Amino acid sequence: LSICSRTVEPLEYYRRFLKENCRPDGRELGEFRTTTVNIGKCLCSITTADGSALVKLGNTTVICGVKAELAAPAVDSANKGYIVPNVELPSLCAERFRSGPPGEEAQAASQFIADVIENSQMIVKEDLCITNGKLAWVLYCDIICLDYDGNLLDASVFALLAALKNVQLPSVTINEETGLSEVNLKKKNPLIIRKYPVATSFAVFDDTLLIVDPTAEEEDLATGTVTIVTDEEGRLCSVHKPGGSPLTGAKLQDCVTRAITRHKEVKKLIDKVIKSITPK
Amino acid sequence: PLPPGDTSVLAGLYGPAEAKVSKELPDRAALEVLLRPKVGLPGVMERSREQLLRQTCEAVVLGVLHPRTAITLVLQVLSDAGSLLSCCLNAACMALLDAGLPLTTLFCGVTCALQPDGTILLDPTARQEQEARAILTFAIARSERKVLMANTKGSCSVEEMQQCLAAAQRAADTIFQFYRDSVRRRYSKS
Repeated sequence: LSICSRTVEPLEYYRRFLKENCRPDGRELGEFRTTTVNIGKCLCSITTADGSALVKLGNTTVICGVKAELAAPAVDSANKGYIVPNVELPSLCAERFRSGPPGEEAQAASQFIADVIENSQMIVKEDLCITNGKLAWVLYCDIICLDYDGNLLDASVFALLAALKNVQLPSVTINEETGLSEVNLKKKNPLIIRKYPVATSFAVFDDTLLIVDPTAEEEDLATGTVTIVTDEEGRLCSVHKPGGSPLTGAKLQDCVTRAITRHKEVKKLIDKVIKSITPK
Repeated sequence: PLPPGDTSVLAGLYGPAEAKVSKELPDRAALEVLLRPKVGLPGVMERSREQLLRQTCEAVVLGVLHPRTAITLVLQVLSDAGSLLSCCLNAACMALLDAGLPLTTLFCGVTCALQPDGTILLDPTARQEQEARAILTFAIARSERKVLMANTKGSCSVEEMQQCLAAAQRAADTIFQFYRDSVRRRYSKS
């Protein structure tokens, strides 16, 4: 019996577990890590944000803070507001990230989140407009990873969804005489969320095996990744396979099926959390 | 002078060359992709596309044959009239071919647009992309027509995605034939 070290030969070590259809942390190939979400000012720590959420997917911890500000809409889309997502991977979350300008992973993740918001139409930009051509809301969504242990995209999408659900926008009126905007902080309306996109990520091993919710170690050993984003109607908001091992159409379909099941689990969780914080 | 209304991308491949110590990998070649837009400085969208292209190329290039080297692929967008990402993918593959780098398989990029009435349009123009409900771009590998890269814009149902994938796999044959003809033409002159 040869001794296989986790540090010296990580791939061989992993293959031994995959042969038995499980992983070193005891999970099955299709099993997610424990997902926890904290929403709002009491549970999640950001008191200055208009909406916030903290999501933990195993050890991966992602916090999302949403700040709403006022701005004039763009000239060519006078009835649309703005949503500006930004994903940050500070050097405190993992050794591989250095401090300085955002690296490729952070920028690609930011673009992914922007695409998910746009594709799923979870927030319709027209809903953010207050007065055509004059005033609209800008939602700055800052997603910061506090601990990186793989599967950043799933956690980020979930944190964004939870934080946006929590956002309360004050009502704004434009004073006819002065032309200035008046913000009424006492009267708040929740943000209209039309769709609930949920991301499910997979890692491809040795060109054939698909494992769900990879940890950082698994991501490093994997030969490719796939992320599927679905909404509550079973529609695909995003199929994100950035290179990596080639997959057949059938394997991709397996991913989609698992993603749809995952959506139901996440939706249940988010409904439970929303119900627990809504004042009765 | 290129005909107006055509998407064109210029690809330049450099390597395998000596890599900077900070960037070199001990067991394989380090691939870098730089995408320069036609106008302006590269932004987040370009970085995201660079990641897609880089990981697609990394999956086909036999990097283990050239450890501690750097392979740099520079793509300059000359004009954009729709289907830009698949044009970049095709340019990347042809550059890899032309450089003579060892590859496991060829790949090509195909863009499908799903129109509001449900019809699938391949290789859409910018106008068709704007009107479409969803735009799906696939990188199809030559071996068994497997999916190397997938990127979607807009939302679609699962069946529609499968239909687009099937259409893209069929269209890939035309593009691979074009590769053959181009390479044949290049080497028959000299």
